[in-house]
Amino acid sequence: MADAITMTPLAGIAEIRGLGMVLIRADLGRAGDAIAEAAGLALPETGRFTTDGLRWLGWMSPDELLLIVPGSERGRAVADVAGALTGEHALVQDVSDMRCVFDVTGRKPGQVLAKLCPADLETRPRDGLRRTRAAQVACAVWRIDGAETGRGWRLIAFRSVRDYVAQVLAGAAAPGSDLDPR
Amino acid sequence: MTTGPFRLPAGGRLIDRSKPLGFRFEGRQMTGFSGDTLASALLGSGQRVVGRSFKYHRPRGILASGAEEPNALLGLGQGGRFEPNQRATTTPLVQGMVATAQNAWPGLNRDFGAINDALWRFLPAGFYYKTFMAPRRAWKSVFEPIIRRAAGLGRAPELPDPDRYEQAYGFADVVVVGGGIAGLNAALDAARRGGRVIVLEQAAHWGGRTPVDHPGGQGRVDALLAELRALRNVTLRRNTMATGLYDHGYLLAREALADHDPNAGLPRQRLWRIRAGHVITATGALERPLSFAGNDVPGVMLASAVRDYIVDHGVAPGRRIAVVTNNDDAYRTALVALDAGLAVPVVLDARPVADGLLPGEARARGVRVETGCGIARVLGRKGVSGVEFCAQDGSGAPLGTVDCDVIAMSGGWSPADHLWSHCGGKLVWDDARAFFAPDPSRQPTGADGRGNVTPVGAASGDLAVAALTGAADAAAILPVWVMPANAPAKMRFKMWLDFQNDVKVSDVELAAREGYASVEHAKRYTTLGMATDQGKTSNINGLAVLSATLDQPIAATGTTTFRPPYTPLTFGTIAAEARGAVFQPLRKTPIHGWHEANGADWEPVGLWRRPYCYPRGAETRGQAVAREIRAVRSGVGTLDASTLGKILVKGPDAGRFLDMIYTGMMSSLPVGKCRYGLMCSENGFLVDDGVAVRLAEDTWLCHTTTGGAERIHGHMEDWLQCEWWDWQVYTANLTEQFAQIAVVGPYARRVLAKLGGMDLSAAALPFMGWAEGELAGIPVRVYRISFSGELSFEIAAPANRGLQLWQAIHEAGAEFDITPYGTEAMHVMRAEKGFIMIGDETDGTVIPQDLNLHWAISRKKPDFIGKRAQERSFMASPDRWRLVGLESLDGRVLPDGALAVADGVNANGQRNSQGRVTSTYHSPTLDRPIAMGLVHHGPERMGEVLEFPVPGDSFRARIVDPVFYDKEGAKAEGAADG
Amino acid sequence: MLILTCPYCGVAAEETELHPGGEAHLTRHGPGSTDADFEWYLFARRNPKGVHFERWRHLYGCGKWFLAARDTVTLQVFGTYPAQSKYPPREIIAAIRADRPDWVPHWDEITGDSAPGVGNDPAPNPTPARDSFA
Repeated sequence: MADAITMTPLAGIAEIRGLGMVLIRADLGRAGDAIAEAAGLALPETGRFTTDGLRWLGWMSPDELLLIVPGSERGRAVADVAGALTGEHALVQDVSDMRCVFDVTGRKPGQVLAKLCPADLETRPRDGLRRTRAAQVACAVWRIDGAETGRGWRLIAFRSVRDYVAQVLAGAAAPGSDLDPR
Repeated sequence: MTTGPFRLPAGGRLIDRSKPLGFRFEGRQMTGFSGDTLASALLGSGQRVVGRSFKYHRPRGILASGAEEPNALLGLGQGGRFEPNQRATTTPLVQGMVATAQNAWPGLNRDFGAINDALWRFLPAGFYYKTFMAPRRAWKSVFEPIIRRAAGLGRAPELPDPDRYEQAYGFADVVVVGGGIAGLNAALDAARRGGRVIVLEQAAHWGGRTPVDHPGGQGRVDALLAELRALRNVTLRRNTMATGLYDHGYLLAREALADHDPNAGLPRQRLWRIRAGHVITATGALERPLSFAGNDVPGVMLASAVRDYIVDHGVAPGRRIAVVTNNDDAYRTALVALDAGLAVPVVLDARPVADGLLPGEARARGVRVETGCGIARVLGRKGVSGVEFCAQDGSGAPLGTVDCDVIAMSGGWSPADHLWSHCGGKLVWDDARAFFAPDPSRQPTGADGRGNVTPVGAASGDLAVAALTGAADAAAILPVWVMPANAPAKMRFKMWLDFQNDVKVSDVELAAREGYASVEHAKRYTTLGMATDQGKTSNINGLAVLSATLDQPIAATGTTTFRPPYTPLTFGTIAAEARGAVFQPLRKTPIHGWHEANGADWEPVGLWRRPYCYPRGAETRGQAVAREIRAVRSGVGTLDASTLGKILVKGPDAGRFLDMIYTGMMSSLPVGKCRYGLMCSENGFLVDDGVAVRLAEDTWLCHTTTGGAERIHGHMEDWLQCEWWDWQVYTANLTEQFAQIAVVGPYARRVLAKLGGMDLSAAALPFMGWAEGELAGIPVRVYRISFSGELSFEIAAPANRGLQLWQAIHEAGAEFDITPYGTEAMHVMRAEKGFIMIGDETDGTVIPQDLNLHWAISRKKPDFIGKRAQERSFMASPDRWRLVGLESLDGRVLPDGALAVADGVNANGQRNSQGRVTSTYHSPTLDRPIAMGLVHHGPERMGEVLEFPVPGDSFRARIVDPVFYDKEGAKAEGAADG
Repeated sequence: MLILTCPYCGVAAEETELHPGGEAHLTRHGPGSTDADFEWYLFARRNPKGVHFERWRHLYGCGKWFLAARDTVTLQVFGTYPAQSKYPPREIIAAIRADRPDWVPHWDEITGDSAPGVGNDPAPNPTPARDSFA
């Protein structure tokens, strides 16, 4: 019934650096379209993200979005969004430095997260963004599937716990710890 | 390969005779097979005595074949992998396994504690409670040493556990607990209806009792498994014990991956935390022992266990197997024994008539069946050698003796309703069938208020498992709680109910006579069911005896509470990854690595690690702190202040909002300026402080304490979302976006000037101002604020540039001997200036007025959080303890937290107090002790001397002004040439 | 361990992702209130055995506070709704009534008056107080 136990890690854990991140707080009903236009992406629905492969716009809360862009575009992105929201009650802030980013890809990336996150990720839509916790720290996770990234999940957490996150991810991906029934 | 003397020549559906496994028990080398449990391997090797009982140190053998085993608890493994109290019956045998008996001193065959057995009259139920009534001296000198030596089960491991453990979260629409025939059928039903189905089986094999008890059962099991495996929505998980069922379908289950097999390189165990939409309990039933004199002699076993060992492992628990029963099911054991070529000298059936199909089959195969009979006495001490039988309805007059080496007993079956009961399901007593079964009208309920647990098969009370065998094939059971019915007292003293805790029929009867009529009281008085097996084999028998003694129906007695876990969990699975370096998250600033490389002596601050100081060479902590302070006061130092909370507050109503959050006025702060502020709880108490910065007309940045960042951000969001939701304000916790570096000391400005990029002169950037620009090419915001009294710049830079900025500052400061300083130097310097520290001067009962901070409380504002509370009479009272400085009279540093005594005593006869020390240090700047404290009427009592007695000593201190250093504030402008 | 669905992001969050905030629908009493009103607001809690209204924050999620109606004995959840609600919405009341016909709210739904003893609140948004700092 069960396959032989594979003694290789469940997934590769790669830290991604240098992304630009923009925090946007605004009335999305009123200003959503302006933000979407400035971001160059469609406005994501509740609990979802939109992406063109390079830029990414995620729904963080009813009045909060996170825009992720290549690091070199961060200043421009802040200016664009802030400009689009002139006259609006809004908060736009460069937050590129406050998080760590990990890509979990390889054989069984979902199983790595299943050991750390109390969330039913398996049933999330392909464009779902789930904010939850990984072991003892807050995080957000979503699926990635790109030529460069490989197939799996991207996880963001606060930068101060980067080493912790790296260690618990590596531990959860330890060889021989596949969750498949035996 | 030699096999054990009790290994049958053939059979054993679970073992692989081509794979022998060597193991050691009590130093003896033994052999079993792959597929054996440790228990079956021990039995196969002829090992009858596996431990000594808890209280009387009686020799004990294996009773059961599963999780209910009370006796065969062994110490397993060695060194860090040693683990006590492991159930031999559920422990798969592993090559090289090392097992030791427990509770036997000096050895299994000669146990000095067995003298307790001879002294049983003096160790009745409640012995400990009664002994406590004896003179205290006798307890300390006589009883306790004896009990400490003799008592306890197993011993604690002494080394760290080297194994890995993990947890995993699972989600399913239906979880079926139990992979027997009923569970597999239910799983198939559920799977066909769609949704995700998980099936958990405690054992390594599927089918539960079916392959053993029902001819052709294995085929039916295999067919079901094949169907289930073909379904993509079904997960079948073996070796996984569901240990507890909690609110809203939360199920904990322990999966054994590489138990006691350190060579596998796998995690040892995994704790599943499963959310189940619905739970189907197919947990089967547990066989009950019979209560007859000597029912604990090694060789007396549960009837089902005897046939399990024969069928599953090809092991004969004995050569001549006598059966004693009150139901038909035990006849299966007789038939299985005969099939294996073993002798069945007699079946003692307590019922007057035994005319069911199974008794008929046994008789047809020549088995002697004695109806209406029970056991009067078991012959043998370390092993059964025979049985004396008697009439069940009599008082034990022997009718005859039969030679045997095993007694297979069955007192009937109890549905395993633990999970059902864990989460609120109720049970109902079934008189005819003599068991408690789930009451379908009182199901556990889930989040939607509907029933979310369904028992099936034997767990529901359907012992015949109709799905398999069609009509029930068993004749009625005769409830037998004491054997023989009118057994005299001396027999009842030898009838065990709880084998693990050594509780006998006589103990429960004594408890009832002494007034412990409630089942919960009787349980605690006798310890019945309180051992690690949680009374799986003893609870029903015990409460039946209690009911009989109280002359009330069993239904009226009820059961004790079923509590998780069903079987014990290792701490390893509960901790999982949270051990060692990742026991808890350790937060690191962007400059953490530099601190580490430069010898920081760490202090935990919340989850952060901050440098306490940076000792050089052979410096003590105190010396390092003193050096750092002197360097800052006379030169220049740097502090990593990145951990300070930084909350952005923006919007048309931000000023109005901050006027509510702070006690002071923040809406009037001009753009470009900083202002110190206090935050209180609605109860009036000071909860945080920090500097607020007005960045723009509608934007403020609020600094909080290190520990306050998340707390205060949550506090703000709470009020914004839940009270003033129509105010237009957004907040963002930017704590981790910025590194923050304090450059402090007379030469601070000269160091920063060398970096270039900004005019930081007093004219361009006055005290309590801020400016944005670049330093050393790094974008920064510079705040001229001071927590030390010195010229000070706090510089915020994007976190990714923080280390670079820190290093640039240190390079530029080298010529001034720039010195990194830690939290302790910061603490001492702020105390020298009389600045308060949240957590030192505050403890959740202190209001700002106590700290003479009236100047930071607006009198103009109609409202702020905490204002109404501070108007209460007790808060406004002049009798509160208020902040003062304290000057030690003899030059010794005052003890932190010491209380100042006042005249008289309180209601408890303790000296009255009139103040306490809140901060106390040796000031290197002044070269004398300094302290602050809260004192009754403090500021009005300058010059008075207070006494601070501590155990064995006493300190005296004079009340002084809390500002010890640079009262004029001249230093904040820095060196004249700065 | 409870599961509550955040009304903002639709996530069925387990208790470890949430932060509890005590009783909901309290009326804030600030400066000018009587000692009795203030004491009631700050310290008195209903703590009922049965239907209860609570504040929860989706801490490891969208960060929003929401309110939950639940039975403190059976742990049945009748529904969750935004924190910006003076009273439970109609559908929540209906869900409670459907399973607890005998339940009587402690406020007067029709007039919108506060509970007896709680006093009337003049504030424009008289919703909850918080226990987190009380």
